[in-house]
Amino acid sequence: MQKYSLLALCLLVMALLLLPSTLSGHEGNAPVYPPGTVISDESGPTIDTGDNAWMLMATALVLFMTAPGLALFYGGLVRRKNILSVLMQCTFLMGLMTIVWSIWGYTLCFGGDGLLIGDFEYLLMNKVQMTWPEPGVKVDPLLEGTIPRLTHMLFQGMFFIITPALICGAFAERMKFSTMTVFMVAWGTFVYCPLCHMFWDGGLLAGWGAVDFAGGAVVHISCGCAALVCALMIGRRLGYGSDPMPPHNLTYTAVGTAMLWFGWFGFNAGSALEANQLAASAFAATHFSAAAATLTWPSIEWLTRGKPTVLGACSGAIAGLACITPAAGYVDPMSAVLIGILASTACYFACTALKSKFGYDDSLDVFGIHGIGGMLGMLLTGVFASRAVQNLNNGNPVGLVEGGGPGMLGVQLMAVLFTIVLTVVVTFILLWILEKTMGLRVSQDEEMEGLDLSLHGEEGYINLP
Amino acid sequence: MKKVEAIIRHFKLEDVKNALAEEGIQGMTAVEVRGFGRQKGHSETYRGTEYAVDFVPKVKLEVVCADDVLQKVIDTILHTAQTGQIGDGKIFVSDLSDAIRIRTGETGNDAI
Repeated sequence: MQKYSLLALCLLVMALLLLPSTLSGHEGNAPVYPPGTVISDESGPTIDTGDNAWMLMATALVLFMTAPGLALFYGGLVRRKNILSVLMQCTFLMGLMTIVWSIWGYTLCFGGDGLLIGDFEYLLMNKVQMTWPEPGVKVDPLLEGTIPRLTHMLFQGMFFIITPALICGAFAERMKFSTMTVFMVAWGTFVYCPLCHMFWDGGLLAGWGAVDFAGGAVVHISCGCAALVCALMIGRRLGYGSDPMPPHNLTYTAVGTAMLWFGWFGFNAGSALEANQLAASAFAATHFSAAAATLTWPSIEWLTRGKPTVLGACSGAIAGLACITPAAGYVDPMSAVLIGILASTACYFACTALKSKFGYDDSLDVFGIHGIGGMLGMLLTGVFASRAVQNLNNGNPVGLVEGGGPGMLGVQLMAVLFTIVLTVVVTFILLWILEKTMGLRVSQDEEMEGLDLSLHGEEGYINLP
Repeated sequence: MKKVEAIIRHFKLEDVKNALAEEGIQGMTAVEVRGFGRQKGHSETYRGTEYAVDFVPKVKLEVVCADDVLQKVIDTILHTAQTGQIGDGKIFVSDLSDAIRIRTGETGNDAI
């Protein structure tokens, strides 16, 4: 008897729970759709799951470039007392820049139709993350092209991480960590966001017709020039030129290089934003340029100094990758081989002759490799761009080699100069303010002790059994 | 009792160890060291910047032996560690006042 009453009670509770939904159904309200559902009867934009799958993968690849890729690449190049400070900069920036990106970075890059910088359309992930729709309200799918805007936001956010992380090579072994974090937030906001918007979201430079496929200017010229300003303003490391400062672990650097190369496929081929022929072409161009550049740098050393070095091969690979970045989606893969050779040659002389002539301590050669590589790549895009890869001009020839005339090269040159001026001026102002307020550099004692111990209270290598 | 300290090339360590063991030497200590003699260092180039590396890595092998086997130890090291090229290293010999085996408390030659 008791068993039956329990069952009856359960049924009663269930009926009560179900009642409101049944009632509202009878009242004739509009059915409730899950978020992101298209309620339009016209065939609006729809998600392409293949594109989205590739872009999510590419996003992860680009994050992989910062850490472990760049962290190891840079980490091996510093002295052993500073390895952790470099790993910390990369790791911390992965967190810091992501939060900034989600709050105001993405919207300042991709919100609205402003000429110089985005608006607050996507502030705090508004219209990026899904919301539950009001009854009866038409829900637009939150798409960018054929992928969710959320995917686009994540993918572009990884660029917002690696660009500041690249700058860290310039002031390695002597920058205050606290100032570094403030600088990177400000730099991301006032240098990266305007540049990104002007090139990639229909801003000023896009209006000129300047192209930058995956960040030759937005990422590499900007980080390279900022690095040069940093190196000049913070000054040389103690003992620079007199004390030996060889890389403490080139094994890390070689491993990091391989990881960067691997991640760069996401960076460049992912910048097609779809899993299409263009992505494949950019993938091939990226790989071929890196390959040619990897051969070129050590070959120059072999000819001029007698031995091909591992660091030369690694530096060459990165130079070739940086240089092909703006061109990857505009030039065919065989042109990329030429671009890789030119990239290694130019960057080799920038890192050896140029640096020693002017005596600045761009410690890990951010300007020499990314700055010079990015500039060269932007210009060579105007030289080698092919309509077969991307039809930019209604089927007419595009680049100089193809017979498109010097017009595109001129526009690219203008864009390069614009990027350099903007970056140098704003970076200088930011660093000047920070120098007056927080100070850029650690104390002499801290620098001599090594940043691992003095700033983080840890050691990278503890030789205990 | 004598202490023999031999600075030798890395790739000779195994040969010297085996040869000494065959001569009845029961214990030795190897330490990674850096230093220079007539060999001087070499130069290393990283992205075009040249560094002179004065201190060359070597291995220091320490052997403690009774006075009567000293010559045998020296000869053995000499024969096995020699390549004839500059940089073969050096052997230093010094008097040792005592040795104690921690497990048993034995001293002198018994502790070797």
